[in-house]
Amino acid sequence: MMKEYRTIHEVSGPLMVVEQVEGVTYDELAEIELPDGTLRRCKVLEVNGDKAVVQLFESSAGINLKGSKIRFLGHPLQLAVSGDMLGRVFSGMGQPIDGGPEILPEAYKDINGLPMNPAARDYPNEFIQTGVSTIDGLNTLVRGQKLPIFSGSGLPHAQLAAQIARQAKVLGDDASNFAVVFAAIGITFEESEYFVQEFRRTGAIDRTVLFVNLANDPAVERISTPRMALTAAEYLAFEKDMHVLVILTDITNYAEALREVSAARKEVPGRRGYPGYLYTDLATMYERAGRQLGKPGSITMIPILTMPEDDKTHPIPDLTGYITEGQIILSRDLYRKGVLPPVDVLPSLSRLKDKGIGVGKTREDHASTMNQLFAAYASGKEAKELMTILGEAALSPTDLLYAKFADEFEKRYVTQGQEENRSIEETLNLGWELLKILPKSELKRIKQDMIDKYLPKDEA
Amino acid sequence: MSGRIIKVSGPLVVADGLSDANMADVVRVGEQRLIGEILNMTGDRASIQVYEETSGLGPGAEVATTGAPLSVELGPGIIENIYDGIQRPLEEIVKKIGSNLARGVEVPALSREKKWAYTPVAKVGDKVVGGDVIGTVPETEVVLHKIMTPNGVSGTVVWTIAPGDYTVDEVVAKVKTDRGVTVELTMVQKWPVRVGRPYKRKYNPIVPLQSGQRIIDTMFPIAKGGTAAVPGPFGSGKTVVQHQLAKWSDVDIVVYVGCGERGNEMTDVLREFPELVDPRTGESLMKRTVLIANTSDMPVAAREASVYTGITIAEYFRDMGYDVAVIADSTSRWAEALREMSGRLEEMPGEEGYPAYLASRLAQFYERAGVVQCMGTEDRQGSLTAVGAVSPPGGDLSEPVSQGTMRIVKVFWSLDASLAYRRHFPAINWLNSYSLYLDTMRPWFDEHFPGFMENRNQAMSILQEENELNEIVQLVGKDSLSPNDQLTLEVAKMVREDFLQQNAFMDVDSYSSHDRQQKLLALILDYGKLARDAIGKGAELPALMDIPAKEQIGRAKFVEADRYAQAYADIAAEMEREIAAIVEKAGADV
Repeated sequence: MMKEYRTIHEVSGPLMVVEQVEGVTYDELAEIELPDGTLRRCKVLEVNGDKAVVQLFESSAGINLKGSKIRFLGHPLQLAVSGDMLGRVFSGMGQPIDGGPEILPEAYKDINGLPMNPAARDYPNEFIQTGVSTIDGLNTLVRGQKLPIFSGSGLPHAQLAAQIARQAKVLGDDASNFAVVFAAIGITFEESEYFVQEFRRTGAIDRTVLFVNLANDPAVERISTPRMALTAAEYLAFEKDMHVLVILTDITNYAEALREVSAARKEVPGRRGYPGYLYTDLATMYERAGRQLGKPGSITMIPILTMPEDDKTHPIPDLTGYITEGQIILSRDLYRKGVLPPVDVLPSLSRLKDKGIGVGKTREDHASTMNQLFAAYASGKEAKELMTILGEAALSPTDLLYAKFADEFEKRYVTQGQEENRSIEETLNLGWELLKILPKSELKRIKQDMIDKYLPKDEA
Repeated sequence: MSGRIIKVSGPLVVADGLSDANMADVVRVGEQRLIGEILNMTGDRASIQVYEETSGLGPGAEVATTGAPLSVELGPGIIENIYDGIQRPLEEIVKKIGSNLARGVEVPALSREKKWAYTPVAKVGDKVVGGDVIGTVPETEVVLHKIMTPNGVSGTVVWTIAPGDYTVDEVVAKVKTDRGVTVELTMVQKWPVRVGRPYKRKYNPIVPLQSGQRIIDTMFPIAKGGTAAVPGPFGSGKTVVQHQLAKWSDVDIVVYVGCGERGNEMTDVLREFPELVDPRTGESLMKRTVLIANTSDMPVAAREASVYTGITIAEYFRDMGYDVAVIADSTSRWAEALREMSGRLEEMPGEEGYPAYLASRLAQFYERAGVVQCMGTEDRQGSLTAVGAVSPPGGDLSEPVSQGTMRIVKVFWSLDASLAYRRHFPAINWLNSYSLYLDTMRPWFDEHFPGFMENRNQAMSILQEENELNEIVQLVGKDSLSPNDQLTLEVAKMVREDFLQQNAFMDVDSYSSHDRQQKLLALILDYGKLARDAIGKGAELPALMDIPAKEQIGRAKFVEADRYAQAYADIAAEMEREIAAIVEKAGADV
């Protein structure tokens, strides 16, 4: 018989202190039964002698110190996983909320997972075609990568993420073992509904597992939501051999929930009040992406975060950038100019791109044209800046061509329709067409034979 | 001797009943015998940091002390291995329990089954002291592992084993100490990681470490036995710089510590290094490399230990008389682990929540580098170079880890995000970086590469001048500058693009020897000099900037390594010819 305690001594925010406990262990899951019979879940944050500090996953409202009972369950928070999770919607705590039947679990998994042994990782090097030129051509995504989207409030990151989820495929691969795991972390109903509708419209919903914690759900629940999603993803990827794309939105809400709990625990805060272990905490989530030697499945992760005040040095984007393998940054300026998707090409980066492109993966000219496009766009932007200070007359003819290149690049390469799915050949050829604006002698980063082969010839 | 847990809070466990344990002892916690280390003692109550996940631990569980501090095993089998922060072999763990790291796995750091070809060096009757070599093992094709008498043992060799294949546990020699005790020696010795290994004396570092990276070797060189820091915001190429150093540094052993960084980066090293060929030995680079991987998702306390594990292994090889480099990526993550433990211990925080002893810990780490005369009667000299990456939040160098590091290290390679956006790699900013070894290494350069330092200083002053001129250009435009100043800008651009930029991913450009660096820089400076003379003689700048030889300088770094000397001489000759022709024509026009 499981022991029940009626010794809740203190409730403050999401934290409770229970006294006179026995045999309680760190990180153990517990259940609180309110006088009216409702159950709430919590976990042990600290045990000190016969005193346990527990953190609620739900709101503490309504807890009566005298009448509530608490039971310790003897295991950490687990998620019941099964192949039947596909096509289902769960709450942020992993309960089905789509009115369907309970999941018949094939296994119970600790939501914290276990760190992946670096010696057992397989290096991600398979090109994923997202159909978005700025990603495929310049910041190539590969299978097993974690590539966040750094966005700001009011920018169309949801559209970009949905487009990637819809279009992403590995060339020459069968689509049947592809799945999407989507975690809505403290976002609005409308935003979440946008994704659901998108998945439904394209039929992807049957291959999607959704975990939904909306803005009005308890904030502390958010700490578990991404871990629930990743546990499901790990199960699908490494035990069901699927290629899983995980979309987590919005990490900023997650970090705020973490801060809330940390503040309640009176921990020494790090930068901007976030706990000192924010880096480690984020890393234990992000690092769950990847591939494993000898296993066909993979987890590719696209976390979305809104940068407070579009500030990239804010702790959340900053620490994320140190963990993830690159970042796609959206720019408000481009968005105002009507460039969609407003990917800010220069500060965006995919660290794994070099391993995913080239002969046999995309095309031999990919690496050098990519560098050339980056360099040319950077020079073009500089030229345009100079033009605003000194006027057009101060620019040399070459600089003027660069300025023109930058405009055309934004208009034709970066801009693309939400339904436009460009193949990698189309993207590369478009790059060559734009490079044609520049004099041939400026194409220093491309070898001559590539120029001869791919640069479009003047029509006679 | 065992106690009982009374408190668990994350990686911190408090236990009582441990009055016999020593400070800094390793303890085994709970049924799974998790590894922990004592941080604090109050009466019989010990605060313990546990190197593994503590979930499932509760009051009442047993805590047993091992009576010894956190130590590493030193002996054949370290090279080519990948360890976690407390020296558990990760590849063995994969074989044992699969892809994920579960808790409580016990695997010895050095294989107990593998046999090594041992050759005794010390003979019966020889007097030995700590540090003296008693035998050797060819650990890999390029590393001759010297089995040394452990420190503290001295006496007469009374027995040695015959040459042959033995495991690390077998007794290979017996030494009768002066007190008459016979000590049995095996190929393995243990050493506590938080204590630096002793040496006879330290020297000033005066020989440069050749990394093959032009901006490092020419502009901001580091000495063998020196210390350097690489700070930079994310995306500025810290890891690539560190990888390049690990690949091409002309040292005998490289210890690469991945401390709280990405798992895939360690995998990259693990998969790529065996395929890369060391230009000096012709063998695979992995054959001189040791990897310590405590990635960001692995337990945070072991991350704190990982840099010590790495540097202790490095010191062990230094003691054999080798040049060793320790590369730690990233010391900021190590400092964060320190902060996390300090917070859980409820210590009074210093700046930004970091413990007040942060700076002294950083200093202790870097101070373990140096050129030393090794222990033992033989006069061996070894060096330990330490390079640490720093990941300042938001790229802001005013934070405590950067500041604490800058006060100690002698070389500072400052990575710059704006250079990275322009795809100028390595994105080391030439105006902010510095090397304090320039003067001490000057005699070496003057002896081996006369003129090297003069060229370097000239290039630096051109870059500095460019910086000043650019301010004017921002105001009034380039055309209003004198032809001489415009030429300076052009030469500075050549130094930046044709010399400092180096493509780590291109085979011919990834590594550049000292000689080649000197010749390439000389080409650019000569162009500047000749063109300036020509302007003095009335030649027009646009004509000088259009000569074909200048374009060839731009492609000079891509010339194959075996024929660069000839190619550079050809370019120089052609350049002289072309500029002379322009001068002649200018003279004729007048």
